[in-house]
Amino acid sequence: MLSTKNRSAGLLAVSLGLALFAGACGDDGGSTTAANGSTAKTGATASTGAPTTTAAPKVDVTGTLNASGATFPKGFYEVAIAEFKKAQPKATLTYAGGGSGKGRTDLQSQVVDWAGSDGLVKEADKPNYKGGEFLYFPTVVAPITVSYNLDGVDKLQLSAETVAKIFQREIKTWDDAAIVAENPDAKAKLTGNITVAHRSDGSGTTENFTIYLNKSVGTGGTGIWKLKSGSTVEWPADTQAGNGNAGVAQIVKDTKGSIGYVDFSDAKATGLKFASLKNKAGKFVAPSLDGASAAAEGATVNPDLSYDPLWADGDKAYPIAAPTWILAYVKQTDKAKGETLKAFLRFILTDGQKLAPGIDYAPLPKGLDEKAIAQLDKLQIPA
Amino acid sequence: MNANPDFRTPDFGARGGHADSLFRYATIAAGAIVLLVLGAIAITTTKRSWPAFDSMGLDFFTSDRWAPNDKFFGAKSFIYGSLVASTIAVVLAVPVSLGIALFTTQVVPARWRRPIIYLVDLLAVVPSVVFGLWGILVFAKHVDGFYGFLHTVLGPIPVVGDLFGEGSGRGFMTAGIILAIMITPIITSLAREVIDTCPQADREGAYALGATRWEMIRGAVLPHSKGGLVGAVMLGLGRAMGETIAVALVIGSTANISANLFASGDALPARIANEWGEAEGTWRAALIGLAVTLFAVTILVNLAATAVVNHSLAKSQGTR
Repeated sequence: MLSTKNRSAGLLAVSLGLALFAGACGDDGGSTTAANGSTAKTGATASTGAPTTTAAPKVDVTGTLNASGATFPKGFYEVAIAEFKKAQPKATLTYAGGGSGKGRTDLQSQVVDWAGSDGLVKEADKPNYKGGEFLYFPTVVAPITVSYNLDGVDKLQLSAETVAKIFQREIKTWDDAAIVAENPDAKAKLTGNITVAHRSDGSGTTENFTIYLNKSVGTGGTGIWKLKSGSTVEWPADTQAGNGNAGVAQIVKDTKGSIGYVDFSDAKATGLKFASLKNKAGKFVAPSLDGASAAAEGATVNPDLSYDPLWADGDKAYPIAAPTWILAYVKQTDKAKGETLKAFLRFILTDGQKLAPGIDYAPLPKGLDEKAIAQLDKLQIPA
Repeated sequence: MNANPDFRTPDFGARGGHADSLFRYATIAAGAIVLLVLGAIAITTTKRSWPAFDSMGLDFFTSDRWAPNDKFFGAKSFIYGSLVASTIAVVLAVPVSLGIALFTTQVVPARWRRPIIYLVDLLAVVPSVVFGLWGILVFAKHVDGFYGFLHTVLGPIPVVGDLFGEGSGRGFMTAGIILAIMITPIITSLAREVIDTCPQADREGAYALGATRWEMIRGAVLPHSKGGLVGAVMLGLGRAMGETIAVALVIGSTANISANLFASGDALPARIANEWGEAEGTWRAALIGLAVTLFAVTILVNLAATAVVNHSLAKSQGTR
């Protein structure tokens, strides 16, 4: 008898809680701005574990969400999923990685419930998406570094033109006039041959790095960069290739005189030195999370929440800030899955954003996160 | 049936003729499954790669330009890379493997035999990614200087020098060496079994004629096991051609056709593994096309090898 009593009491508490949270949910749309405006408040609630912002997912979601896609934000999604599960132990989420292309292909054939992608879907491919219309949810931004291994040079400065020429093997030695002109102080140390390291695998990092070069000094600019942009490009044969960011970082670490593009967290983890790059405003900026956020802030956001923070305006903007999105269908076919998806996305766009800097991803700039949260209402979940 | 009445004929009848026919059908089914699976793989992969073959035509096999951005896919450099790396692997691995096999069967004292065989077999258990990582993190880093040394010594020699150009630790040669280490246990263990089948009488006969150990091996053991040994090498070669991840890590991943063995290149399976994650549309079809190509190349190499073996067997043992 006692146990039954207890159980019914528990049930009562749960339903009461549900009602409360539903209430919190209801005015969420209006209150998010306020909640985000005062970090002190949200920080406090997070530390006490009291559910204000975590309130939304607290509507016990039970769905199983499978996802695959970009490896670039995988570190962030894994941490976010782990944190989300603490609040929602009944939900099951997996993120398999595999690459942006794999994520998009999997979403097309509805093998996964959402996909991570560093790039946008081409108009021509949109009819292939079996689930109909889909939405872009921007999640984080992160800088891609141009890392190098050169004794005695700690603050290398490079313009996009020089970077393009180095990676195209037009500049083959460190004492080239173009490099010396940008680094007059380090002139004595700029010696030896340059070894260029790039990705051997198809990658969103390569895509973003080459888009940066293409926009700044390629077809969009002075025409110096000739390799175009894409997740793999036709690198000259006398370059080195490494698998994954870690593989490129390894080459740079092991090879004196080498230079390569590596994402921020791997470059930091490997202990590489990275160059300051000249941005669109003509300022040399070192890669940092603030620089990436500044770049995202300087970018124009399209109505579908696609935006391009590469080669962005702004004095503080780092020129290679890589965006990434979660892709999900508007029409959700399963109630449990749909609710879990909505709760997870809300988490990533609110509390999840605070997890990002700790693992070397920059949170979304103000305004963009709000637009993304507002877009959650477009998800159609069956009753 | 036995004519001797004292001999009780084993009672096969109790199990009917069924056991035999059942066995027959079971083996036919097993054999058919292999063909079915191979056929199914060939059909599906060809079908799914058709968009690429369709848009590229013969250029798919004859061009060495691989440019997903321009939707241009030529597999020649990857076919070349696969063949070169596997050839290096076989050239390096076969003498060593045969050496180990002969050593363990003919030379070593019986009590040392098991531990040595065990150690060699242990090599076969190491996952290929471990070989690849060791190759890229340790081997490639340190072999660089040795390659440079070979280049300075052998480079000036005409023709041969072309094989030993400048390069780095990531290229055909490193991939070939890693592959050689990976296929050595396979070839060794098959070769050992084959050599063991050489009848004791043949070997003793050779000794009786006054042969030394080497003459015995050359005159009795090797001719007897020739066919099987070539089969062992073929299996090793197949493994080398299909090996993906270890090669992807060390071969340098550059579409490059060069006689220089120290240059970077790429192999068919390695390219598939590297680009699969980001590929969509025709690009994806082209990667599946690489798989079809690998399939075809492997079959061709095997057919050629069988022809060579039959020819040499006919020569050494007479037509059978």
